[in-house]
Amino acid sequence: MYFESFAAFLQMGTHGPFVWSAYGISALLIATNMWLAYRRQRLVLNEIRRLARRDQGSL
Amino acid sequence: MSFTATMQRELLLAWRRPAEIINPLFFFVMVVALFPLGVSPRPELLATLAPGVVWVAALLAVLLSVDGLFRADHDSGALEQLLTAPQSLYVPVLAKLAAHWMLTGLPLVVMAPLLGYMLHLPEQAIGVLFIAVLLGTPTLVAIGAIGAALTVSLRSGGILLSLLVLPLYVPVLVFGAGVVSYAAKGLPVSGVLALLGAMMLASFTLAPAAVAAGLRISSGN
Amino acid sequence: MMVWKTLTRWYHQLGSPRYFYRFSEVLLPWLWPIALLTTAVGLVWGLAFAPEDYQQGNSYRIIFIHVPAAGGALLGYVAMGVAGLVNLVWRMKMAEVMIKAIAPFGAVLAAIALITGAIWGKPTWGTYWVWDARLTSMLIMLFLYLGVMALINAIPDPRQAGRAAGLLSVVGVINVVIVKYSVEWWQSLHQGSTIKLTGGSTMPAEMLTPLLISMLGIYLLFAVSVLWRARAELLWRERKSAWVKELV
Repeated sequence: MYFESFAAFLQMGTHGPFVWSAYGISALLIATNMWLAYRRQRLVLNEIRRLARRDQGSL
Repeated sequence: MSFTATMQRELLLAWRRPAEIINPLFFFVMVVALFPLGVSPRPELLATLAPGVVWVAALLAVLLSVDGLFRADHDSGALEQLLTAPQSLYVPVLAKLAAHWMLTGLPLVVMAPLLGYMLHLPEQAIGVLFIAVLLGTPTLVAIGAIGAALTVSLRSGGILLSLLVLPLYVPVLVFGAGVVSYAAKGLPVSGVLALLGAMMLASFTLAPAAVAAGLRISSGN
Repeated sequence: MMVWKTLTRWYHQLGSPRYFYRFSEVLLPWLWPIALLTTAVGLVWGLAFAPEDYQQGNSYRIIFIHVPAAGGALLGYVAMGVAGLVNLVWRMKMAEVMIKAIAPFGAVLAAIALITGAIWGKPTWGTYWVWDARLTSMLIMLFLYLGVMALINAIPDPRQAGRAAGLLSVVGVINVVIVKYSVEWWQSLHQGSTIKLTGGSTMPAEMLTPLLISMLGIYLLFAVSVLWRARAELLWRERKSAWVKELV
C-alpha cells in the first residue's frame, strides 16, 4: 500500500472528501444500473410465465 | 414528384397560410427583445451578448418551425402516398427542405442584421452576422428535419424534438456565434465562414437521405 | 478469407435472437464475476497502491473512475452508431435490441464522467464547474444519450423505437466529431490555455497500469449490463415465438 496507515488512506492528504465522494457516487450509480439491468430479465421472464399461465387457464 | 413540382406546391401552400411564415419571425424578434429587458440595456454588455443571443433565438425559431414540417402531410395522408411511390424520396425531401428554408429561414436572415444593430453590435460584425446566419440556418433546417421526421407520428412531438435536435445544433451555434465575435474583435473570419458553408453543403446533401429513412421508420414501412 | 468467413458466420449467428440468448447464457456466469473483479482490482490498485501525483496530490486518484467512465460513454455512443448503421442497411433486429440495451449505461457513464470531473475540478481549479472543452463535450454527449432514451420511450412500438433510435445515433456519431472540434475551437476563442484535468500524455507505469485495468473492468461491466438488458428485450419481443415458450 502506498499510504502509511488506513487512516491516511481514508484522508488522502486533504483530498479525502473529494476522492471518496466521487467514488461513492460512481459506485452507487453503477451498482443501481447493474441491478436494474439484471432485474429486468427476471421481471420479463416472470411476466411471460404469468401470461402463459393465464392463457392455459383460459383454454 | 420532381424538385420543382414539390417546391411549387410547398410555396403555394405557404402562400395560403402566411402565419406559418410570419410566426417564427415574430418569435425570433421577441426572444431577442427579451434579453435587454432581462439583462441590462447597457450597450457594451449587449454587444458582447449579441452574437449568442441572436443565434440562440434563431436556433429556437427554426426548431419551432421545423416541428410542423411533415405533420400536415402526415395527417392528410400525402406522406403515406409519397412513401408508397416507387421513386426515391431524396429529391422531394430536398425540395421540401429548400422550400422550408426559403419560407422560414430567409426571413430570419433578413431580420438578423437589424437585431444585431439594436443590440449594439459593432458595424463590422453586422455584415458577418448576416452571412453567418445565411450559411447557418440551412444546416439548422436540415438537421431539424431529421428530428421532425422521427417524431412526426408522435402526439407530444414538440418537446421531444427539441431534446433530440438541440444537442445536434451545438456546432452551428458555436461557429455561428463565434465568427461574429471574431468579427467584432476585428479578427479574420473567412475560414470559419467557409466552415459554416461546408457544414451547410454537407448537411443539405446528407440530411434528405436521413429524413427519408426517418419518415419510413415513422410510418412503419 | 478464413477470417472473413468466421466473422460473417458470427454475425449471422449472433444476429439470431435464439442463438444470442443461448450464447449469452453461457457467457454471462463467467463474464460478470470477471468484470467485477477486474474493476475492483483496478480501482483498489489506483486508490491504495498507485503513487501520489506530485502536482495534484491525491485528488488525481479520481482519474481511475473518471477516464474509464468517459471512455466507456464515448465507446458506447460509437457502438450505438455502428448498430444503428447496421440496422439501417440490413434491418438487423439484434442491432435494434443492442441500441436499446446500450443507451442506459452509456448515459450513466457520461453522468459519472461529468460528476467526477466536477468533484475533481474543486481541488484542482478551485471550482466545481469550468466550461472546459472536455467537460462541455461530455455534457453534450449526455444530452445526446438522453435524446436517444427519450425517443425510445416515446415510441410505443419496440421495433420502430429501435430503428428510430438507430438513425438518431448514426446522425449523433457524425455530430459528436464536429461537436468535439467546435468545442475545442470555442474554448480557444474565449480563454487561453487552462489547467488540464488530465496532465501530460506521459504517465508513469505505476499510474497507467491500474488505469488501464479499471478501464477494462468498466468496459466489461458495460458489456454485462448490455447483455442483461438485451436478453430482457429479446425475451419480451420474442415472447410469442416457440423458443421462448419452450424456455419458460
